[in-house]
Amino acid sequence: MSLTASEIETARARLPRAFAADPAEQWKRRLVWGAATALTIYCLYRFGFFTWIFADGVLKFGSVVVAQLFPPTGFDQLPMFLRVMGETLAMAFLGTVLGAVVAFPLAFLASKNMMPFRPLQFGTRRFADLLRAFDYLIWALIFVRAIGLGPMAGIMAIAIVEVGTFIKLYSEAIENLDRKQMDGIRAAGGGRLHVIRYGVLPQVMPMMISNTLYMFEHNARSASILGIVGAGGIGFLLSDRLRAYELQEACLIILIVILTVYAIDFLSKKLREKIIGDDRHAPVADDVPQFTEPKAK
Amino acid sequence: MSMSEGAARFERQYAEYRRGKTLWTAVFWAGFVVCFVVSMIVARFDVVALAAGLPRTTEFLVKLIPPIGWSTFAHDMGEWYWGLGKWLTSLLNTLLMAYLATVLGTIIGGALSFFAARNLVKHYAVYWVTRRVLEIARTVPDIVWALLFVLAFGIGPLAGVLAITIHTLGAQGKLFAEVNENVSRLPIEGIRASGGNWLHEMRYGVLPQALPNYMSYTFWRIELNVRSATIVGFVGAGGIGHDLFTSIQLLYFADAGAILLIVVGTIMLIDILSERYRHLLIGKEQLSQ
Repeated sequence: MSLTASEIETARARLPRAFAADPAEQWKRRLVWGAATALTIYCLYRFGFFTWIFADGVLKFGSVVVAQLFPPTGFDQLPMFLRVMGETLAMAFLGTVLGAVVAFPLAFLASKNMMPFRPLQFGTRRFADLLRAFDYLIWALIFVRAIGLGPMAGIMAIAIVEVGTFIKLYSEAIENLDRKQMDGIRAAGGGRLHVIRYGVLPQVMPMMISNTLYMFEHNARSASILGIVGAGGIGFLLSDRLRAYELQEACLIILIVILTVYAIDFLSKKLREKIIGDDRHAPVADDVPQFTEPKAK
Repeated sequence: MSMSEGAARFERQYAEYRRGKTLWTAVFWAGFVVCFVVSMIVARFDVVALAAGLPRTTEFLVKLIPPIGWSTFAHDMGEWYWGLGKWLTSLLNTLLMAYLATVLGTIIGGALSFFAARNLVKHYAVYWVTRRVLEIARTVPDIVWALLFVLAFGIGPLAGVLAITIHTLGAQGKLFAEVNENVSRLPIEGIRASGGNWLHEMRYGVLPQALPNYMSYTFWRIELNVRSATIVGFVGAGGIGHDLFTSIQLLYFADAGAILLIVVGTIMLIDILSERYRHLLIGKEQLSQ
């Protein structure tokens, strides 16, 4: 059985909304998409995508940059590169730990269920937002000026951003606490410290450690670029080699960074699964017939 | 089994459980301390330098703000923000760079995401290659892409746009592919049954299911890209980061302070707007289900 054209026409006349959206809605959509397209074209024009600079650049990127990147060379410097990569990871680790240690007490101030004095709670949250608003590289630039070139500036830059991030993440974990365990401790005669030690920490600790590991992963990436502004780590070598057109050595450094980042991601993921408990990652047994309910959509 | 026997068994098992737990905690802390000490040595962590540096940091932060008197407030502010026009142009450039990079990256990454979803491509090779391409695009940080593009395209916002675009397409491609892998098969099969080709399946089967998630990720990405656009200028790839970098290099600290204030204001504003809009989208999506 198939529909004839006239039947479709009748249906369309009877139920216009089933075939197309409300005309006003349609016009609104066209306007939004039109404006977005116009803005995109204007941006392309503004940044010179329609000029010879762009066309030349594409050719140059292919023939000069990409062609000169491979194969990677500079293996005689490999021990030095690896040592500096180690320094990069150490920066990420210390920065993350420092940030976590400072943020831990502040997170209690920033959570609504722990801090009854609202202005202080709100103020701590906004302070955390302020620290996070600047990128690592901006903080690194500031600390390089203040404490000088080297990994200390990078550690401080990571630590400062992490204080902001961890206050946010930890206080969210604290606010999602289950009150029952805390009430239980209190009912059994526990004091305030007992409540925190036995009612709060066991609940939030896995989340906190998992978040901290995750941020360490993230910081291992960030630390590898901080050297671009002189804040220690492998970024310095990378930008140095790129600016000196030593592209093949730069390629080796990029490969080292990528492989290290993969390795850290892998280890940290395994460790996180171990800490949070791998129940949720447990594969469903093969012999259990699975019925997935179709989504009502 | 008598009562005391059961209690003794419980005690024994509990002691065993505690021992295992204590052992793991000890291993964890030992590992942590080893990492910590090794890191301190490798990164040449210097408490003395830190103690000496922190007051200097405060000093530096104070230098970012020039003296502003109550009676001469307007004049002092005018003096401080003497380059407001120039900086606002840079800020506009930064925002447009972020916008363009988000649009281009999302279009390209979105197109690639269909080839990076295991349930939508027949050939494993296509899937594998696309995944690897996306991985490389997003694992190399955008500032490193910026360094590379500056070599080819010269100093200016063009290199920055391209750098952020590459990073964005890698990130969006991966996130969108994960969305694509979670769509229901039923609409796709329906379209195939009524004679649609692969393109029809993607357009009418997958896209309507995945679009709300795409939108949500894209707004989040704009937020991140505005941040990126403020820093690619450090390596000469345009935007307000360039003004910030030069003013700090030339020791014009008041200028740097003024620019930092503009940057932080913009980023906080965009975060708030984007978060509100995302909640709106997610709210709608949940209502429609």
